[in-house]
Amino acid sequence: MIDITHEPLDPELITSRVLQNTNGAVITFLGTTRSVSGERKVLHLEYEAYRPMADNQLKKIAKEINERWAIQDIALSHRLGRIEIGEVSLVIALASPHRKSAFEACHYAVDRIKEIVPIWKKEFFEGGEVWIGSQEDLVARGTPEATHSG
Amino acid sequence: MRVNIRLFAAHREKVGKSQFELDLADGSNMEQLARAIVALHPTITQNPLRLAIAVNQEFVDSDTILKDGDEVALIPPVSGGCIHSQKLIRKIATTQVTLTSQ
Repeated sequence: MIDITHEPLDPELITSRVLQNTNGAVITFLGTTRSVSGERKVLHLEYEAYRPMADNQLKKIAKEINERWAIQDIALSHRLGRIEIGEVSLVIALASPHRKSAFEACHYAVDRIKEIVPIWKKEFFEGGEVWIGSQEDLVARGTPEATHSG
Repeated sequence: MRVNIRLFAAHREKVGKSQFELDLADGSNMEQLARAIVALHPTITQNPLRLAIAVNQEFVDSDTILKDGDEVALIPPVSGGCIHSQKLIRKIATTQVTLTSQ
């Protein structure tokens, strides 16, 4: 169950979609908007996506999880547009007969979404705005990659 | 041949448009693509930061040759930056193009 939407996400509703009697463990992950990012005070975020590639990449991740952990009850929902502090931008819900697979698969899902799904986050903070992951962002945070050249 | 370039996030803001058509020599590769884009829109140049490229909505590697009508998307880093971005670049076998003025 893949969903990319501009509407607010409902974690309970999304979780209910993966609940099946055969599953003993249900995990719901919420990606939320923090008010602090490094030294910056965040005012709000905006998300942008390349669709339908983003939708297809989410489906790919669900398929990878199914193949690796035999989990088929998976819901991945990402919100786009303007998101306020404290609101939810991402919901991952999945269910498995046993908790070990569920925890591992959820961890994998979050990391994998950040790797291969073309959705970008712009941070509006006190004093400016920056695309997360961009050169400006890396320089501001003083990461090694910021000084990498060529 | 002609390809359709899709821009997102910081690239879109720098160029001022989210897509444009690009004429390239037949059989152009990723490096030729990058040079052509920079020549057409110099404002897109940035400090060398490797980025991913998707052709027809699939990530591709640097050996990829473009065809007429291809949709080519420049994919700036999607994660929260840091080491993750660089691991991503190696992991998903993306191109090694950088957008710099020569």
